[in-house]
Amino acid sequence: MACFLAPATEAVVTTVLQKVIKKKEENHAEECHNDGKICFSDKLGWLNGMLWGGSGLLAFEHLWHGEITPFFPFLTAASNPADTAEMLHEIATSGTAMAALVTLVWAGMVAVTSKLSAKTPTPQKAGETA
Amino acid sequence: MTLLITVIAAVISTLIWYVSPKARQLKAGVLLYMFWGASLMWLVDAVVEYIEAGAEFFTPAAADMLNDAFLGVSVVALALVVWVIFLLVKDPTGQLKKTLTEHK
Repeated sequence: MACFLAPATEAVVTTVLQKVIKKKEENHAEECHNDGKICFSDKLGWLNGMLWGGSGLLAFEHLWHGEITPFFPFLTAASNPADTAEMLHEIATSGTAMAALVTLVWAGMVAVTSKLSAKTPTPQKAGETA
Repeated sequence: MTLLITVIAAVISTLIWYVSPKARQLKAGVLLYMFWGASLMWLVDAVVEYIEAGAEFFTPAAADMLNDAFLGVSVVALALVVWVIFLLVKDPTGQLKKTLTEHK
């Protein structure tokens, strides 16, 4: 009904978070880029991409099924209280599960890349050992 | 069916992104985000439907399957349009800028 609203809300939060973290990384001249590692703000960008992309395509699906409309109240289910309750239940269950699964997959990606970049010798470290 | 088509699109775009430096330069990663994000979300939808309907989930009516396939193809088309717009806005190779300035 409107399950995509949960991941879309998370996308808003992570986008703001990414902007703040990126600013901090620039201000403190973090060594993430110099070290050959991927900055955390870039990693957060993967999560943003999946959340925005997924929510966008799901919104299209809801438009296809007539669950969202281009006019007020935008959500068909918001027109009567019984449907609204069902919609809120769906957002709380399916929507939250969607957001959680995407975040879990992203966490796995971050863990794998962190492990890989830790194994890969940076030019500086390679110079030290040579 | 929509989930299946989106997963296939996600796998194909991932393979293209992985093997082709040109695809990476052309921001094919945007497609990966959209397809994988939507696939994961529709996977949750599918699991919820399976819990509710049981084995019936795997035997949809022909009309539903056709409609879902139509939706899946439309979703892929929409994602491709979004990617092309993103590509033209970002213009990573500078081709659009070059073309526009040549015609001045």
